[in-house]
Amino acid sequence: MKPAPFGHLAPATREQALEALRRYGSDAKVLAGGQSLVPMLAMRLARPAVLVDLNPIGDLAYVKPTRGGLAIGAMTRQASAERDPLVAQRLPLLAEALGWIGHPQIRARGTVGGSLAHADPAAELPAVAAVLDARFTLASTRGDRTVKAADFYVGYLSTALEPDEILTEIRFPPQPPGAGWAFAEVARRHGDFALVGVAAVVRADADYRVADARLAFTGVSHGPLRIVEVEQALIDRRADRTAAAEIRRLVEASVDPDADIHASSRYRRHVAGVLAERALLTAASRMQVPS
Amino acid sequence: MGTRYFGERVRRREDPRLLTGRGTYVDDVQPPTLLHAALLRSPHARARITRLDVSRAAAMPGVALVLTHADLPPALQEPLPKLIPHRTLIHHKTQYALAPGQVRHVGEPVAFVVATNRYVAEDALEAIEVEYEPLQAVVDLEAAVQPDSPLVHDDMGTNVCAEYTQRVGDPDAAFATAPHVFRERLRMDRGTASSIETRGVVAIWEPKTRELVIHDSTQAPIWIRNYLAVLLDLPQNNVRVIALDVGGGFGPKIMMCYPEEVLVPHAAMRLGRPVKWIEDRRENFMATNQEREQIHDAEIAVDDEGRILAVRTRFLHDAGAYIPYGLIVAIVASTQLVGPYKIPNYECTFKAVFTNKMIVSPYRGAGRPHGCFVMERLIERVAQELGIDRAEVRRRNFIQPHEFPYDTGLIFQDNAPLVYDSGDYPAVFEKALEMVGYADWPARKAAAATEGRTLGLGIGFYVEGTGIGPYEGCRVTVEPTGKVFAATSVGTQGQGHFTSFAQIVADALGVDVQDVTITTGDSGAFSWGTGTFASRAAVVAGNAVALAAQAVRAKALMVAAKMLEARPDDLELAGGRVFVRGTPDRSVALAEVATAANPLRGTIPPEWEGPGLEASRYYAPPRGTFSPGCHAMIVEVDREIGAVQVHRHVVVHDCGKIINPLILDGQIQGGVAQGLGNAFYEKLVYDADGQLLTQTYMDYLLPTIAEVPKVEIGHVETPSPLNPLGVKGAGEAGTIPVPAVFASALDDALGTRITEMPLSHSRLLEMLLDLEASRGGHADAASGDGGASP
Amino acid sequence: MSIPKPVTTAEVRMRVNGVEVVRTIEVRRTLADFLREDLSLTGTHLGCEHGVCGACTVLLDGQPVRSCLLFAVQAGGHEVTTVEALGTPDALSPLQQAFVEHHGLQCGFCTPGILMSAHALLRDHAHPTDEQIREVLGGHLCRCTGYQGIFDAVRAAAGLSPRHPNR
Repeated sequence: MKPAPFGHLAPATREQALEALRRYGSDAKVLAGGQSLVPMLAMRLARPAVLVDLNPIGDLAYVKPTRGGLAIGAMTRQASAERDPLVAQRLPLLAEALGWIGHPQIRARGTVGGSLAHADPAAELPAVAAVLDARFTLASTRGDRTVKAADFYVGYLSTALEPDEILTEIRFPPQPPGAGWAFAEVARRHGDFALVGVAAVVRADADYRVADARLAFTGVSHGPLRIVEVEQALIDRRADRTAAAEIRRLVEASVDPDADIHASSRYRRHVAGVLAERALLTAASRMQVPS
Repeated sequence: MGTRYFGERVRRREDPRLLTGRGTYVDDVQPPTLLHAALLRSPHARARITRLDVSRAAAMPGVALVLTHADLPPALQEPLPKLIPHRTLIHHKTQYALAPGQVRHVGEPVAFVVATNRYVAEDALEAIEVEYEPLQAVVDLEAAVQPDSPLVHDDMGTNVCAEYTQRVGDPDAAFATAPHVFRERLRMDRGTASSIETRGVVAIWEPKTRELVIHDSTQAPIWIRNYLAVLLDLPQNNVRVIALDVGGGFGPKIMMCYPEEVLVPHAAMRLGRPVKWIEDRRENFMATNQEREQIHDAEIAVDDEGRILAVRTRFLHDAGAYIPYGLIVAIVASTQLVGPYKIPNYECTFKAVFTNKMIVSPYRGAGRPHGCFVMERLIERVAQELGIDRAEVRRRNFIQPHEFPYDTGLIFQDNAPLVYDSGDYPAVFEKALEMVGYADWPARKAAAATEGRTLGLGIGFYVEGTGIGPYEGCRVTVEPTGKVFAATSVGTQGQGHFTSFAQIVADALGVDVQDVTITTGDSGAFSWGTGTFASRAAVVAGNAVALAAQAVRAKALMVAAKMLEARPDDLELAGGRVFVRGTPDRSVALAEVATAANPLRGTIPPEWEGPGLEASRYYAPPRGTFSPGCHAMIVEVDREIGAVQVHRHVVVHDCGKIINPLILDGQIQGGVAQGLGNAFYEKLVYDADGQLLTQTYMDYLLPTIAEVPKVEIGHVETPSPLNPLGVKGAGEAGTIPVPAVFASALDDALGTRITEMPLSHSRLLEMLLDLEASRGGHADAASGDGGASP
Repeated sequence: MSIPKPVTTAEVRMRVNGVEVVRTIEVRRTLADFLREDLSLTGTHLGCEHGVCGACTVLLDGQPVRSCLLFAVQAGGHEVTTVEALGTPDALSPLQQAFVEHHGLQCGFCTPGILMSAHALLRDHAHPTDEQIREVLGGHLCRCTGYQGIFDAVRAAAGLSPRHPNR
């Protein structure tokens, strides 16, 4: 289980990295934390001619405050984002979800951008980005462009990134003030990719009626899945047990997940509903209603 | 013999070495000029090889050798040995070193490459041009026995390689007249041992002296040595097989031989350079022996009080593509099934069946988990149907302490009568129930239910045959330094033999356990033996160690008697000295005795039987010794997502006299973890074409610390009357009943009737949804699902 | 713009267990293979080569990482610490000694990686919670012990009192 030969290219700057991708395009792969890519190289399931290694570039790892939200450099290690007080304070949903990724030894090396760009349908961060309406900065020698999380995930392990582009930054708008949040998932074992997961953000107005509800699911579609009818169904309702039970049924009726060796379609559908119900109740319990 | 160390929690002597990265596992052997091997393996479960051209690979820079079947000498083209024949095993098909034109399972070796390093060797594999004509694979066990099934081996005309029946009493008559008969169809699926160290071989050939040294992560170095000497036409003395540190075994590391164990030495001899092959994890999943797939049709006949009148099981045993190891797993399953119960009429019949999947050989438990699952499921069914408490049904059927030795009437895997040597099953059982709190369980369960929590308590009892023959040996030597060395024929894979055997020697010779060094797993250190399997090392090798140490003791007394001018039976051994009882100042150091026993001049009295403080002894048990045990488990189920958390796991175990409780408890705790894997996490999935879908640790799930509870362990000590130490084996005790106990706990929690193992979140939830639907519950359950059902 | 060329071999320079090492190697060589084969530091073991089992865990600039998922060339300019640096058979570290006392190993193959993770945990947290210990050990597969001896050993090394024997 040893990788096929490749050329290692270690750019010193972001600009060099972009130029490298311009030159080598689809012959190249971007190496971030390597926690998903290197196993694929070892099994020779991926065999790029060139690996453009972003690790030597110092200025792609940061957590910066924006107006209420955060801008996170793509090469920020998951472990440092998890420990970052700004993340905990401004994006508690993200902080919570980071703890569900693999194990500490994986998060020590794995990056926020790497997880988002790898686009595993069971991964945690894409759902968080989707539910928080994050915006991804995709850079190339042609210039930077911004893509909404909803538009970033286009298919199974497939994103809006062009072969010459790098995900350099993720901009998270603020978690809505007073909104409750929850991240819930079911994995076969703690630390595994989830069978099904859900990220939820719910905000209510002064009389406890839901003003804004967002739920993004993992493991039930090719990428993070938000279901408009489900979110709409909560608006102007109290986020109580009755509503949560109704949402559960609505989710079950709305998703059509694939089966794999770990869980059947029926299992995933059922559990998506259960987790939606549970996440909603947890999020509701964390809501702060404007007085 | 003194007992200063026997029975004590002596810290392990091997630990400091292993904790500081100073172990010598096979991959740590790095001789100069070493070359590295890799194998081209079949991607098809069943296919003909229509073209195989290695010329491009052979010409690559860094490639030293490429071998196909056609390139092998005639002896290596033959099928590998028929390891354990049986009279009913009519079609004893065995594997090849390299496939001769046809492949029969995914992962079967097709070509062998040797290169400067493993990276280059894998590059060369990609340059081998091979074409296959895929054939319809035989995958499903039940389909394989149908008359129209494709054949794994064309020349057989069937996929059934053996059919074997054992019968005790008159089961037909008993079933015909019994007041109650209950039937179940019970399944167990495939798993793998998955030691964290994979397999590996390093061969070093010295052309001048014609000596071959092989480092092999095997559980049976002496068998490997014996076979390779024959195969490679070398004197046994010129072949040395070493398994110094082995990173876990659990059964599958005992084979004779895996293809790589033949190919690596052959390549080293051919090239005149050392060659290493280390199995990678994907190879380990597809090309290391597997176990557990069986389908049982079982029935039990009982009277109105739940007393067993008869049991019958007819089952299919999946052998995989070849059956080198013979019928061991199926025989163990069918005979150990009877467990602790008096069963006057019993019949077991199995068919061993070829399929296009990896070879099956024993993995920790080796048929016992299947047998225990079947028997304990039947017992609980009886309890449920007759409305008798499940503990009470067991009590009514236990073999009683005064009934030993108890002859089951069956023939065991060692071809000896299956006679239980000793035990107190009710004592083991009641202790386990007490520890888990069985008496007030209904109240605790009900209290939890009022909080909306779903709890279940499971119990399961097993009897484990351990310590079978034929024999093991040991040589104990006291050197002139006074240090003691003992070499045994078994290998060790983490069971602590460096310590437990040292305890036995230290007690016999009155020395500090730190002054005893044990060598295991080196055919150059001790030349006769069989291997580490079937929970036999402590019993068979342990008693050989004791006999050899006693012989050295006797000799030390004889030699010292002369030195001290005393009678041998007035002497004692302690603190590394021999002294006259009651006169401690008349003494001589064991080191001096060792020197005196090997004089430079003078004479050696005939009663010394040769020079030196040294003796070799063998122990050959008349038959196996049987360890009973009972597990009890409390689980909590999240009914909505099919999650199960084990809150408590109790094991009460009787392995006779305990050599080292620290090590014993570790064996049990680790065994339970593997049992939980068998019950809920681990399953090898082959698709309908025989493709193995679980080839990584992301797909095949070993339990982690989050899934494994701390096991509460209780001991009952009923010494074995069969051996001098009174010990019984313990290696598989933690694993055997766990699937049965898990099923019992789930049934208690959920009202299910579990009939298959392993389960999963998904499978368990599906069962619950179906159950609710059948009770007119949840609407979801009515909808079908065409997907895979793990 | 001029950019570095992709290379298939490279000179790599790093500190391993406090010693500066320089080697020219293929860039596809993993750090694990580099440590084991080029530096003969065979205490770091390979159990899966896809980042799950944790046997190959070493410290990179003090942080536990999988050395099978890093190329040696990526460790250039960094500090790597392996099990060989923790103690010797005659002078075990307190953590290693706790593994002896609590039977935290059987075959010993997964052990070096576990020691490295636990070492980093105890360095950063003098008084870790049980949850923190479980979280870190959760990144390691052990097939022999069933983990409880390992857990007890790490707790003991942290100076925590033993658990109730039956819980």
